[in-house]
Amino acid sequence: MPATRLPLNHGAGATALVAEGVTRRYGRRWALRGANISVAPGEVVGLEGHNGSGKSTLLRVFSTLIRPTSGKAWVLGEDVRERADWVRGQIALMTYHPGLYDDLTARENLVFAATMLGRDAAGIDAALDRVGLLRDADERVRTFSSGMQRRLSLARLLMQRPRVLLLDEPYNSLDRQGVALVNEVVAEVVRGSEGGAALIVLHDRQSAGALLDRVEVMFQGRIEGQAEPALPAAVDLLAELAS
Amino acid sequence: MESVVSRATGVPIASREVRWTTVGIVGLVLLVVAQLYGVLTSPPDRDMGHLQKIMYVHVPAAWNAMLAFLLVALASLRYLWKGRLADDLLAASAAEVGMLLTGLTLALGMIWGKPTWGIWWTWEPRLTSTAVLFFMFVAYLILRTFVDDAERRAQWSAVVGLLGALNVPIVYMSVRWWRTLHQMQSSPMTLDSSYTWPLRVNAIALMLLMAYAVAHRYRSAIMTQTADELMDRLALQGAPGGGGSRA
Amino acid sequence: MSWNDDWRRVRAVALKDLTAERRSKSGLNAVTFLGVLVLMLFGFALGPDTESLRDAAIGAIWLAILFSGVLAFNRSYQLELDGGALEPLLLYPGSRWSIFAGKLLANLAFVGLVELIVIPVAMVLFHVSVPAGWGAQLGVTLLGTIGFVTLGTFYAAMSSRSRSREVLLPLLLFPMMIPVLLGAVEASTSLMEGNVMRDAGAWIRMLLVYDVVFLAAALAVFEFVIEV
Repeated sequence: MPATRLPLNHGAGATALVAEGVTRRYGRRWALRGANISVAPGEVVGLEGHNGSGKSTLLRVFSTLIRPTSGKAWVLGEDVRERADWVRGQIALMTYHPGLYDDLTARENLVFAATMLGRDAAGIDAALDRVGLLRDADERVRTFSSGMQRRLSLARLLMQRPRVLLLDEPYNSLDRQGVALVNEVVAEVVRGSEGGAALIVLHDRQSAGALLDRVEVMFQGRIEGQAEPALPAAVDLLAELAS
Repeated sequence: MESVVSRATGVPIASREVRWTTVGIVGLVLLVVAQLYGVLTSPPDRDMGHLQKIMYVHVPAAWNAMLAFLLVALASLRYLWKGRLADDLLAASAAEVGMLLTGLTLALGMIWGKPTWGIWWTWEPRLTSTAVLFFMFVAYLILRTFVDDAERRAQWSAVVGLLGALNVPIVYMSVRWWRTLHQMQSSPMTLDSSYTWPLRVNAIALMLLMAYAVAHRYRSAIMTQTADELMDRLALQGAPGGGGSRA
Repeated sequence: MSWNDDWRRVRAVALKDLTAERRSKSGLNAVTFLGVLVLMLFGFALGPDTESLRDAAIGAIWLAILFSGVLAFNRSYQLELDGGALEPLLLYPGSRWSIFAGKLLANLAFVGLVELIVIPVAMVLFHVSVPAGWGAQLGVTLLGTIGFVTLGTFYAAMSSRSRSREVLLPLLLFPMMIPVLLGAVEASTSLMEGNVMRDAGAWIRMLLVYDVVFLAAALAVFEFVIEV
């Protein structure tokens, strides 16, 4: 058991994301082996590491989708296990799956999301316009390219009005404008909401540009160090860890 | 004996071993005595002759299978309430023993049915309900083997065990109505008083043996769990919070 | 969240499932066809004597519904698993039982449509004429279907996300279906024969109790099934 507790003041000034000795096993394999991380309000933190180093699992722990095998995690000062429902109202998770219904149109997908979020459909056109899909709003998602699907899940994320963003390789299959759009949304959420922050799993650091405050490097289920955001990639540190 | 306490389950693994062994031995001795008593003292049945003696195992096994299912339901309920992995392991242990007992009940019912009615299987309500119970135990245990994640396995099987328990009285009632409506021969298990005492003692003996079996199975499950956790701690190499606590 | 919000979520899930089904269609057609096929097989196994076909008709109808309907439930979750849509679905704050209730309604409509084809076809194949008390017969069918779809939708939430899902669902579901099968077949048969024994009412009450018990239980514990 950890001997110390992090000081967590609730409300204003609370830490956006904290993980303390989080482990998670799948069968016999350990995806997380005691990960510690802390993200302050207003911060945009990149997460790098080899495939299978536990980046996606860590994001899912923060999102309440995966329970830690041991250890604890907090979002905006609240425990992700004890106050899961509240946490779900504060975060938005974007994974490598678009998470859309293929046989529904873009608009229908967003209407469904709005209803599930308890919102009215007023903001849907604006969100579609923002991601550049207004013209294709009544086409089925099945006909969309993967970049368009990603844009649509970005539109859904906008409707969630989250305070904390958990993005798993958000730039995948996006064109230059799409990448800029993601960065715009991230900046908006982080600067625009109280306690806003973002944790972004990256392979290509250049896409995030000047947005990143720092980059944490994961190795075999733990955060093993920080990298300088200005450098092209954490190659050196990873090579060092692997040896 | 060193006392190793499983962190996830909170159960000391070495305790109560002696007590349960005693229960097992007492149960076994009682069973032998009760069987001998039954076989030697009760007169041959008017219709069935010595075949009637099968009842001394068949009926207690059926009763105790019901008890096992009750235990599965209670442990499952407690798991959903408290979230202790130990309760899940207890439910699984009870289900394994319960499956064995229902299987025994069915096999003996068939062995008895052939010479008595000339058929291996009769759709008698209690026998049929036992068959349904057997299938529910089997489904429960198969579900457990199909799920890899320990927490998911525990949560899913607790729910399945609970719903299965709700179904048992409904199955029994419906099968009984079904039979009475179709006017089949009523159950021949009406008892002369000379049979009741051996039956009761046998039931108690089998209950003690079942308790021993469940306790033994449960204990070994806890030990496996504890060994897993020790391996985990090694795998995590003393990582903070890596000991498997579930605060 | 208020009841009103919950109800809107239930409706949204149901409509979403039905819309997706209506557009792909493949599921409904295939399942209905399988139901009719099972009826044909029963016909070959029991026929062609009119009397024995007629006697077996109700049982055959229910087995055809069980064997074809069981394929509908895993599909209902496959829709969520295909594009990774289950994760966002679980991340909407608020009640989870509304997800179950929505899927339940959609599956009720689905199985109801299958029955709409399978039952008339069975009546033709097994030489059964429209019974006098057809309203009561419909009621029995509805009660039986609710019990079947409730537990089918519930267990599929587990089986669709585990190994060997095709085997696991019937293995979990069918032992639970014995009271439904007995209740529906006996009540229908009794009504067919003019309810001489006056036992149809008891069976209908049993079906009603079964539906209420398992609907309440499934709604109460669905959270435990879906959250891990």
